[in-house]
Parts: sequence; C-alpha cells; structure tokens
Amino acid sequence: MSYTLDQKQLDRIEDILKADLIDNGVRCVFLIDMAGNIVTNLDNGEKQHDIYSLAALAAGNFGAVSAMAKIIGENEFSLLFHKGKKENIHFNKISSEFLLITIFGNDISLGFLRLKVSESVDQLKGILEPLTSGHM
Amino acid sequence: MAFINLKSKIIQVKIVYYGPGRGGKTTNLEYIYRKFHQRIKSEMVTVKTHGDRTLFFDFLPFDIGVINGYQIKIQLYTVPGQVKYNATRRLVLRGVDGIVFVADAMAVRREKNIQSLKNLQENLASYKKNLQTIPWVIQYNKMDLVEQGIPIMAVELLEHDLNRQLKRPSFAASALKGTNVVATLKKIISLTVASIRKELL
Repeated sequence: MSYTLDQKQLDRIEDILKADLIDNGVRCVFLIDMAGNIVTNLDNGEKQHDIYSLAALAAGNFGAVSAMAKIIGENEFSLLFHKGKKENIHFNKISSEFLLITIFGNDISLGFLRLKVSESVDQLKGILEPLTSGHM
Repeated sequence: MAFINLKSKIIQVKIVYYGPGRGGKTTNLEYIYRKFHQRIKSEMVTVKTHGDRTLFFDFLPFDIGVINGYQIKIQLYTVPGQVKYNATRRLVLRGVDGIVFVADAMAVRREKNIQSLKNLQENLASYKKNLQTIPWVIQYNKMDLVEQGIPIMAVELLEHDLNRQLKRPSFAASALKGTNVVATLKKIISLTVASIRKELL
C-alpha cells in the first residue's frame, strides 16, 4: 500500500506551510504520515535537524500519546506540545494518517502558533484527505 | 505504506524487524549500521530501557541509491520483543512495507518464536494486512552458538515451526558475527521494492 503526491500537490502544500507558518516566524515545519515518512519539510534556514529520525520519533510519540488517551477514556488529547528553554515542538493531527509538526522559539506565543497551525491544517485537509480515504 | 514523492523523486519505505525478545533484532541493525556507516548519514536512534532492552523501537535510515530515477530511502525499525510491550509493537508496525522476522534458533526459545509469529499476524490484522500478502523474510539467528555447545534447533525444525505453509525466503544467520545479515536485508529490500513497483504500475 503506497500513496503518491505529485509536484503540484507538494508545491501547494509548501505554499500553505510557508505562508502560514515559516513567514510568521516558525523555525521548522514537518508534514509526516503516521508511519513516520516525511511528506514535506520546510525551515527558515537557521538550523538543520536530523529530519528522518525526528519524523520516526514524532510518529511514535504521537501514536503512544494517542494510545494513552484511549486507555484513560479520552478519544484524543487536543494539545500536544513540548516546551524547551529555546525550542518548542508542537504536534497537530491533520487526519487519521497525517501529522503536522512545528518547531518554534519563544518569540512566538503558543496561542498564535495554534491559530496559524489550525488555519494550515484546514487547507491541508483538502489536499491530503482524498489521498488516503478508504485504502489505509 | 510507502510514500512516493514525485517532486523530489524519493520513495520512503518502512521495513520492520520483528521477533521474540532477545532474538537479535537490534543486533541486526547495529551490524548494518557499523557495516554501512559511510552511507548512513544520521545516528541510529534507539529508545531503550535501563536494562538495555528495546523499549519502543530502534530506527536506522538507509539510502540504497537510485532505481528507475527514484531515490530509495529505506527506514529500518525494530520492535520491542518482550510480550508486555505489545501496544508499542503494534504502533511500530503502522504503515509497514516489509518485515524481517528474526527467530531465535536456541532450542529453549522454540515456543517464543511461534508465539511471536502469531502475535505478528494478529497485529498485522489490526491494520488489515496479513502475512500472505505483505513482503517478508525469516532469519534464523544465533546459529553461531552451536560452536559454544548451546543447543540449537536445526533449520528443518525451524522451517517446520515457522515457515511450513508460507515458504518465505529464510536465512540461517548470526547477527553478532554478521553472517547473512546483509543477505537478509538485501532480500527484504528487493521483495519490498518489487512489491511497491508492482503497485505503482
């Protein structure tokens, strides 16, 4: 079972992420699937991360947190966020198969980030949901 | 589920090493990491407990070069083998494209191998996948222990227990010494890539 994204779809995804997130001060954004594959990643050019390892761990972490939610009787947790001294990481589910991860500094408030992420997610859903409906 | 990026011409493929606890799944990845470290740009990621057992998974990204104009990125994972970690084992299997089942050839582990293979079938079923259709191979690990006088099952017995019906490619191996580790890896990569190509055409 595989899925494919073409140049036009990926350009559209990158345009959305750049306009909503990178241009608003987010350092790094990843769109990944729940298997840990990277669909796309953008950054502001300041730092390079080991993106493949990050994606694998992020997908695992998200899966583990979702499983914990179910055990305590929650369908899912609405806010998934890790705070560091300088860098913070935020997870947002797009659909049952895709996840948006943002890395940002303390110059952006969590509230603003969540607003911008949620605007991106609404647009991304239109592109990603038809891809995986039914066969995954 | 493999992801094919038509813009950057990259295919990402997920291969999971599955099998009973202490069977040598992590040792397989460690050998691959040592052997091919020039080709592997990042560190091997491991999430372990204090006792050095795999808690969540090990992860090793591996570039195998270009096939038909597409760069193939293989992502190798292991699962935690211990019975109690089934929830995390199931998570790692999500979106799997190919599997290496690492069986432990020590005679005392006979039942554990059978249980683990059954557990793999159950976990695959939760993603609507099964061993009849997914690419997978078997590795009979720890064959070198025979030199130390430790009772080892014969390949015929292991085949009878684990591979009687499905007849998948199997390898007698030693992950510690590296015997057949690369052969196992090559076989699963070629089966998995062939299956993705078939799906695309």
